Amino acid sequence: MEPNWQLARKRSTIEHRARILHQIRAFFIDRGFIEVETPARIPVNAPELHIDAILSDGWYLQTSPELCMKRLLAAGYDNIFQICHCWRAEERGPRHLPEYTMLEWYRRNCDYHQLMHDCEGLIHHLVGHKTFIWQEQEIDISTPWPRITVEQAFSQHSSTLLSQITGEKKFSELISNEIEPALPRNKPLFLTDYPAIQGSLARPKSDDSGCVERVELYIAGLELANGFTELTDATEQRRRFEKEEKQRQSTGKTPCPLPEKYLEELGALTNAAGIALGVDRLIMLLCNKPTIDEVVCFTPEQL
Amino acid sequence: MYNCSDLKKGLKIMLDGEPHVVAQYDFTKPGKGQALYKCKLRNMITGSLFDRTYRSGESFEPAHLEEREMQYLYQDDNGYVFMDKKSYEQITLTEETLADDKYFLVDNMDVEILMHGDRGIGISLPNFVNLRVTQTDPWVKGDTAAGNNKPATVETGYSLQVPSFVEEGTLIQIDTRTGEYATRVKQ
Repeated sequence: MEPNWQLARKRSTIEHRARILHQIRAFFIDRGFIEVETPARIPVNAPELHIDAILSDGWYLQTSPELCMKRLLAAGYDNIFQICHCWRAEERGPRHLPEYTMLEWYRRNCDYHQLMHDCEGLIHHLVGHKTFIWQEQEIDISTPWPRITVEQAFSQHSSTLLSQITGEKKFSELISNEIEPALPRNKPLFLTDYPAIQGSLARPKSDDSGCVERVELYIAGLELANGFTELTDATEQRRRFEKEEKQRQSTGKTPCPLPEKYLEELGALTNAAGIALGVDRLIMLLCNKPTIDEVVCFTPEQL
Repeated sequence: MYNCSDLKKGLKIMLDGEPHVVAQYDFTKPGKGQALYKCKLRNMITGSLFDRTYRSGESFEPAHLEEREMQYLYQDDNGYVFMDKKSYEQITLTEETLADDKYFLVDNMDVEILMHGDRGIGISLPNFVNLRVTQTDPWVKGDTAAGNNKPATVETGYSLQVPSFVEEGTLIQIDTRTGEYATRVKQ
């Protein structure tokens, strides 16, 4: 019997992947972070209109480790990080796997500006040069990376102004069809300050813009990380969760209870920020691979 | 009925009463936004190619096409000729209709021809076909790592990546759904 070549041929990438995971851990441990492990199977996730969790014996597989990690923050853990698997139903494409690896890190006493600084530091640590190449695109990672607000992005790259958009559907359609394809690809870029409806767990900006302190990192057009200054007002968080859950149910989704323990303990949290980064996509970039299939040992289709 | 998660390259669906095949497929999901299923569809009757974007929750009627078992005979100036083994009736499918499927046709191979009236508008291939390698670099002695690969061309002109130990003249099995190398064929 000939060895399974589809598995064997990925070996050098998988070795590279292992080194990257090791370097990510070293980066955070060197900066005083504690690596934590929280349960992958939880009673309920934070309600999200467009993210569907997978049921597991009455509970759910996590779509993100955020709720447990923020409970640790609220309990006084200062800087924590985790590398874990997350599951999102029916997400499969050249850049999506329904089971994928997420890196999340959280800090106390800071806001989303620090997260952007962390991203710049992490990518520098992993690349080790001023530039790297992904799919024939040279990417210059010298800092600081451009930061543009969602409002600026719409006025520069879309036929519609942010203020003219009414529906949530229209927003994600324009982001996907007009904004993302137009973003510069030769440097990493932070898209910041999303409309409140696009950041259910993010803190509102102190100005009257109606925006929240949320940031997305794009590298070579690939959406790599999503973070925000945490909303720590438990009453406001409950109101937003209830609204999101109502919207979920209005689209025919199975009702979910709210994460009560999280809401209870959120009151103990002040000034914190956290971010989630897709590790498989990061490895696609660093190993110069065109699809997510190339950087994991097994895709669901190979099982 | 199919839903969005069934969409993939090669899926055949009915649209406005006519069969269409998914020629290209991409899944995008911006931030925490709604999933978009971006497809390039080909009308199997007219051959026209166009973009269509779907959102989760949409459903599709499968294209149930009449299939006729035929044997592939040969290629001529008009296209690819197939024959019904019972009636000896022959039909020709153009290169355009077959698209990439043309690379997986072996002389005398049995395939299902998808029919629209008395016209062939596509074929349904077996999951695996065996094709002979006609061009590839020689095996470098000492290169024993199972994962190493190199480009190769097979008898139909199709190019793909194969393990380094595959040599010219080797008969290999190809997965027609992915177009990838599966294994060598023992003879």
